[in-house]
Amino acid sequence: MAFKQSYFYSIFWPRLKRNKLALVGGAVVLALFLISLLAPLLSPYEPNAINAWKVLSPPSWQHWFGTDELGRDVFSRILYGARISLKVGFVAVGIAVTIGTVVGLLSGYYSGLVDATLMRLVDIMLCFPAFFLILAVITFLEPSIWYIMMVIGLTGWMGVARLVRAETLSIREMDYILAARCIGCSNARIIFRHILPNAISPVLVSATLGVAGAILTESALSFLGIGVQPPTPSWGNILTSGKDYIEFAWWLSLFPGLAILVTVLAYNLLGEGIRDALDPRVKR
Amino acid sequence: MTRYLLKRILMLIPLMFGITLITFSVIHLAPGEPVEMQMAMNPKVGKEARERLTKFYGLDKPLHEQYFSWVGKLARLDLGRSFSSDGRPVVDKIKERLPVTISLNVIALLLEFGLAIPIGILAATRRDTWLDKGITVFVFVGFAVPTFWLALLLMYFFGVKLGWLPISGLHTLGSDSWGTLRYLWDLAKHLIMPIMVASFGSLAGLSRYMRSAMLNVISQDYITTARAKGLPERVVIYKHALRNALLPLITLLGFSIPGLIGGSVIFETIFAIPGMGQLFYQGVMSRDYPVVMGILVIGAFLTLIGNLIADLCYALADPRIRHGEG
Repeated sequence: MAFKQSYFYSIFWPRLKRNKLALVGGAVVLALFLISLLAPLLSPYEPNAINAWKVLSPPSWQHWFGTDELGRDVFSRILYGARISLKVGFVAVGIAVTIGTVVGLLSGYYSGLVDATLMRLVDIMLCFPAFFLILAVITFLEPSIWYIMMVIGLTGWMGVARLVRAETLSIREMDYILAARCIGCSNARIIFRHILPNAISPVLVSATLGVAGAILTESALSFLGIGVQPPTPSWGNILTSGKDYIEFAWWLSLFPGLAILVTVLAYNLLGEGIRDALDPRVKR
Repeated sequence: MTRYLLKRILMLIPLMFGITLITFSVIHLAPGEPVEMQMAMNPKVGKEARERLTKFYGLDKPLHEQYFSWVGKLARLDLGRSFSSDGRPVVDKIKERLPVTISLNVIALLLEFGLAIPIGILAATRRDTWLDKGITVFVFVGFAVPTFWLALLLMYFFGVKLGWLPISGLHTLGSDSWGTLRYLWDLAKHLIMPIMVASFGSLAGLSRYMRSAMLNVISQDYITTARAKGLPERVVIYKHALRNALLPLITLLGFSIPGLIGGSVIFETIFAIPGMGQLFYQGVMSRDYPVVMGILVIGAFLTLIGNLIADLCYALADPRIRHGEG
């Protein structure tokens, strides 16, 4: 963790604990972890089990969220879909945070030409409508969940880079960095051992919010048929059939959308809560 | 001001260079040559034709030569021909669709700002009341709603259930022969849902931004001064505070452009609107690489120009930028 244990217990956690909405968000996030872990145990049906007698049947006691055009149980498919969302969210954000942090550290620490070049790269990347860039790259690759995670990560690191750069710029001037330099620490050691741990906490916030964004992007891609390919259930591709059968089967559209909404909301609330808890200016 | 303008325009050159470089590498780093892609769609093409195509696209030349010839063509607005059966120039295809997307997005943008500013002011001036809390909830939900889902729900309620609004396209079939008023009314009905969807996502973010900008300004000393000298609260808020709170919003205008253009893929696809987003989606699905490449570049350039305009507006509004180092 980026901050010392004592800080965590004495300041961060008590402040976060007072924010009820953030706690609810955190609880939902935890619940989603459990759901994706236990999906095979929790789901009443096989997610891909076809039942020709139960095509497009509305919600009932047997099928809480109804069935889809192949008679598959929507509730089970949504539980399994949580796995995809979680995977995409974390891997994509992991990639984005890693690239962003390294770029930000180098840019802030070395300034000059390195800084100018990297920051122009950030500016250029920000010019592309991210969704266009992702779609374009996916076009030329086979649609697969790994590519999607990679591409979402590769197009989402710029915010983190700017954040870490700003932190690095101010940390670089601290006395302890000067001290480290005096005793002969290498640049790499200063950057990764002394600056990184102190610059990383705001990244925690954008990472949490980033997971929400990545989940939304994946669901939009899957909805458009470029993301997770059927029969693997993902919230986005369940909604695709929701669109096709919107006139007869509202449940196909309603429930997966609610799943996305609740998940994204939970990550956002948690992220905002962490931001407030980390920010010394917010007093409660 | 002229110096500032010049500086900003000069700064565009490396950015444009970078945009073309990234677009070019996105297309060429991917496995599968464009010729292969065109072949895949038409298996009847023989070996000879393949070589001819390779020559035609200049794919037998080294990569840097390909890049420069592509950029050269780009400068003359020659984006190549679409791979689809009509084989029309990509520029023409984009040209007929760009106005649809731009006007939709401009309307959405006006609506967003028109709603977000009053909402933000309300939330800030009535801080911590039920109204503020209600707005905060709305903002968080707004952040989390997937736009395509919202589109589906609207389609279900207003299109299918109530039957009030048409769910696809821009015109009813045969509306060309109607009178102007009826034609426009028909168009407006087709536009309501797409515009709602297009503006909803950013509305939440903008309102929240406006609220914090307003709160920030209200806590400044000059607002206390204005209140202390006995100005009515209306004047304090709308004359002194608002003008300063609006400033950072201008920058946001520039930042929201890529999101809007990107979002148009989703709502144009869902509502079957013949705009650039739909063209892009069709290009992606049929691997029509000149179309994809062309729209990617145009989209990025539009963002660049949007940012420039936002920066210039900011400079016009805030003399500190204009005269400072900027």
